[in-house]
Amino acid sequence: MSGDVILETRDLERHFGGVRAVAGVNFRLRRGELRCLIGPNGAGKSTFFKMLTAQLRPTGGQILFNGRDVTRAEPHEISRLGVGIKNQVPSVFDGLSVREGLWLSAIVRHGPKPAETLVDELLQRLSLDAVADQLVGTLAHGQRQWVEFGMVMALQPSMILLDEPTAGMSVEEVHRTAALIREINKTTTMIVVEHDMQFIRDIASVVTVFHQGQILMEDTMANVQQNQRVRDVYLGTAADA
Amino acid sequence: MLNRRENLRWWWAGVLLATVALLLLPQVVGLFTLLQVSVICILSLLGLSQGFMWGFIGILSFGQTAFFGLGGYTYAITALNTHATTTALVAAILLPALFAALVGYFMIFGRISDVYLGVITLVVTLILEKVMRATSGGQYVIGSVRLGGQNGIPTVPPLTVPWSANATLDLAGVFYLSVVCLVAIYVGLSLLLRSRFGRVMVGIRENEQRSELLGYDSRVYKLIVFVLAGAIAGLSGALYGVWGNFVSPEMFSLGQSAQILIWVIVGGRNTLLGPIVGCALVQYLTAALGTAAVGQVTVVLGAILMLAVVLFRQGLVPTLAHWSGQLWRAAWSWR
Repeated sequence: MSGDVILETRDLERHFGGVRAVAGVNFRLRRGELRCLIGPNGAGKSTFFKMLTAQLRPTGGQILFNGRDVTRAEPHEISRLGVGIKNQVPSVFDGLSVREGLWLSAIVRHGPKPAETLVDELLQRLSLDAVADQLVGTLAHGQRQWVEFGMVMALQPSMILLDEPTAGMSVEEVHRTAALIREINKTTTMIVVEHDMQFIRDIASVVTVFHQGQILMEDTMANVQQNQRVRDVYLGTAADA
Repeated sequence: MLNRRENLRWWWAGVLLATVALLLLPQVVGLFTLLQVSVICILSLLGLSQGFMWGFIGILSFGQTAFFGLGGYTYAITALNTHATTTALVAAILLPALFAALVGYFMIFGRISDVYLGVITLVVTLILEKVMRATSGGQYVIGSVRLGGQNGIPTVPPLTVPWSANATLDLAGVFYLSVVCLVAIYVGLSLLLRSRFGRVMVGIRENEQRSELLGYDSRVYKLIVFVLAGAIAGLSGALYGVWGNFVSPEMFSLGQSAQILIWVIVGGRNTLLGPIVGCALVQYLTAALGTAAVGQVTVVLGAILMLAVVLFRQGLVPTLAHWSGQLWRAAWSWR
């Protein structure tokens, strides 16, 4: 494996009974890259993410992070290695205040004082300072997305996985998210699962297309959009042919 | 409004005041009341162990009585065999903690949670109760102590003062010891909850998956809490044996297990004061209804508890704290 590859999967598989959600995925990601994963519902993107963060055990294949085999690692070990994930449905601490939730994340890598400083910075950066002492469970969906974003950022990981980060956000929030992702990507490798093509064009240079648990193609967004097979997959014309 | 530091100062003042008031109690009440308050303090430790575990990391165990009973029997057997009651008391904390570590390790690292963990802990308790009830034969002896089956061990020795082997704790001594143990463990657990460890515990209760994705091994935190709760329940069992000079399989019983949950629910699950208040209230009501000759004590008590749960959904302590907070704010804005 070359030195600048941060993540690699080899023949990665996950079966649910007879259903092959992920069926032999060979994926490579260079350090500092911002990659988008697209594909129709059920293509295996979220399952792929869950295996990368040990929320699901692969039924076959290998996951290598910084050249180290992490296929059998526990979720907390993956996090400690420097992988952060924002799930599709916000996974936050509903019964804690926004500040407390961010603090629990910041304290993993920092002492108490620097953690508090980092939390204050993030509250301001994500425009959450007005709701800092409110319970996360009382916030609107969009704000909960930002809280989860903040918790992932507070970890200061070397790779961030974002599963549909703009789901349920307003147009203005989507623009802010795109700007934030571009900024984070200056220091952090990222993989983003999204359906919003305009958003993907705004942020990514290379796109990986998933279909039926496998990688259909990997190219620039412009080439992907012109590819007939990808169009067939999204519009369903391949099945009709 | 009060800030965190001022809150802490008021909390310390409250703890100090309550402790002094309790310690002065023998000067103003009779022996019967002293015995009642002693057993409330001892059982409150058991409630505290349940509330700490259930309310702050989300482990619902139906088997705290397993550790309570083990603590009682360990104290009785060790004290009767060795006559070293301080060692027996320490053993009564360590053995249940060790047992909790063993059972907890397989459950927690086996990723058994929620209702399944509840069922396993319940089964462990029932097995221990059945085993202890079946030890009435003369062959069931540990050292020189007969286990006694249904009848239990009736001659549990009183605690001796560590620095004076001939001096034993009388009823007032047991009362003071129970108060000191309750206050020390309440303060200890409160401080633990304010620490980083405690804040992570609450994070795990709120969202275990997210806590793990932040890098916390929730299994280690849960196991530590389970063992700590087992040790506290063991201490409670030993003190209960000392208080009544008696241990029996009834200590492991299903009724006792259910009662601990009722204390926590009535008092308030997400506070440490809740289980103590719940235990005191239920024990007081049980005794008061018994002496008032109302007839069906259990039915009347059940009705009162159901009413309490309906009226105070979050439990007594959080509801009263909420009301007093509203009053305080109203008074503040009026000023």
